[in-house]
Amino acid sequence: MNGGGDGRAARSTWSWWYLLFLVQFVAVLWPPFYNRAEPALLGVPFFYWYQLACIVVAAGITAFIYLVTEK
Amino acid sequence: MHEVNWAALSVFVLLFGFITWLGFAAARWRKGDLDQLHEWGLAGRRFGTLVTWFLIGGDLYTAYTFIAVPALAFGAGAVAFFAVPYAVVAYPLLFLVFPRLWQVCHRHGYLTAGDFVRGRYGNRWLALAITVTGIVATMPYIALQLVGLQVVIGALGVSGSGWLADLPLIVAFLILAAFTYSSGLRAPASIAIVKDILIYITAFAAVILIPMQLGGFGKIFSAVPHEKLLLAVPGANSTGAYGAYATLALGSALALLLYPHSLTAILSASSGRTIRRNAALLPSYSLMLGLLALVGFFALGAGVSNLPEFAAGFRQFGNNFAVPALFLHSFPDWFVGVAFAAIGIGALVPAGIMSIAAANLYTRNIHCEFINPNPTPKQEAQLAKRVSLIVKAGALVFILFVPTKFAIDLQLLGGIWIIQTLPALVIGAYTRWFNDWALLTGWAVGTCAGTAMAISQDLKPAFPLKLGDWNLPGYTAFYTLLLNLAIALVLTLLLNARSAARPADETVAADYHA
Repeated sequence: MNGGGDGRAARSTWSWWYLLFLVQFVAVLWPPFYNRAEPALLGVPFFYWYQLACIVVAAGITAFIYLVTEK
Repeated sequence: MHEVNWAALSVFVLLFGFITWLGFAAARWRKGDLDQLHEWGLAGRRFGTLVTWFLIGGDLYTAYTFIAVPALAFGAGAVAFFAVPYAVVAYPLLFLVFPRLWQVCHRHGYLTAGDFVRGRYGNRWLALAITVTGIVATMPYIALQLVGLQVVIGALGVSGSGWLADLPLIVAFLILAAFTYSSGLRAPASIAIVKDILIYITAFAAVILIPMQLGGFGKIFSAVPHEKLLLAVPGANSTGAYGAYATLALGSALALLLYPHSLTAILSASSGRTIRRNAALLPSYSLMLGLLALVGFFALGAGVSNLPEFAAGFRQFGNNFAVPALFLHSFPDWFVGVAFAAIGIGALVPAGIMSIAAANLYTRNIHCEFINPNPTPKQEAQLAKRVSLIVKAGALVFILFVPTKFAIDLQLLGGIWIIQTLPALVIGAYTRWFNDWALLTGWAVGTCAGTAMAISQDLKPAFPLKLGDWNLPGYTAFYTLLLNLAIALVLTLLLNARSAARPADETVAADYHA
């Protein structure tokens, strides 16, 4: 599936660490996980603070992947 | 409309004056020869991690976003929070795909998506389709930025009759046109720094101070009607609001980075590494946007729509007036000026980048491809500067003479159109296995089907798809992308089996990484 024919060079940019991105996809794209009000945090329903927390976790995952894949 | 708020207006005008000066001074920042298109239109691809962070942040998180997302929360409730998962899934795409595109564009001197597709697939008609889609999807987006500006100018109490009523908007736009013309991408990049700092200050002030005034988050959310607080639980044999929410987030994320203004900001970074770093740093803007979405609920809690002094504003601007009204209600006058300036300047940054992106596309992929194939670099840059003026004038005329609802509808259609460029652009960054004519057919079918589906639903984003016994309401752009991909796949198999002859690929695999 690689254009230009030299598949080896293209494969060398792949890292298994990238699969960690799936965590954030599943965490926010499956509403049954989080479509509820309890437990609330400081009066903010779960639906809202959970998704806001996902932003922070996702940024952390991305930073981690950056650090382990950057030579 | 209510009285002119002089304190707020003074701060607003002062900050606008400052960014006007900054926009012109930007021509001398990291000085380059502005008679070259890559200097004017991509600022010489020299922006480091921090400037890129400000620039992409200022570009993607527009004034309209800061007005419309809280307005949606105010009007429709929980569904507005799709902006959060949307931002969460967009950044892995930025991390994985766009450093590859940056590399190949850098190596071959490509300035636009059209340039890349032309080089990769050797098919000028496919490149034209990508180019026209980009320009057409961008135009209503520029117009919508003006809506954001219009709302805050109206909320400052500035009004008049006849053409005088539109004068502030026209002045703001002339300023924008002048500094974009003279400084190119450097102007929105330098202004983005000011705008983003103001927006952060405003957002955090709003999220900390207003709940204190209203007696805490618990009280605010208990005032939100139950049906607005959470997504509706789907009935039997339906994915209901859950499917709509998830596909809206995923489809919007896939479309976001395909817009010409996104690519322009991304390509102006100094390296692929700068882009990957930003994928980890840009979520700070998402966090702010998520917090601002909550501000829509604060507006519900404060009951601003029932206050007589805001009745005229709500009549004129609808729910888009919710956030300005809440700020007027809760903040001291001088800080209202800061907050509104943040939104107003927030309109100019993306509008500037969008007009540059559209001008780059027209110049490179329509004019140089079909009209004058051998311009001098100076002619090329000059043409792009002029086109950027035409694009902005078009957006201004649009917003002055066409109902706002039309711009919003077109922007929604723009999302459906731009996502159809994903196979050529994103998959093209990995492989050119797909046949160019198959991609063009997939694009055409996706665009036509998406437009028809959206119109059949009165331009609401969700389409009520039915498969057997199942109801699967979902984002039209997402469904039509699947259709586009399926057609491109099947036709590629057929066409590649018939003939192996295809136009040459200018790029090789090694071009896609450092």
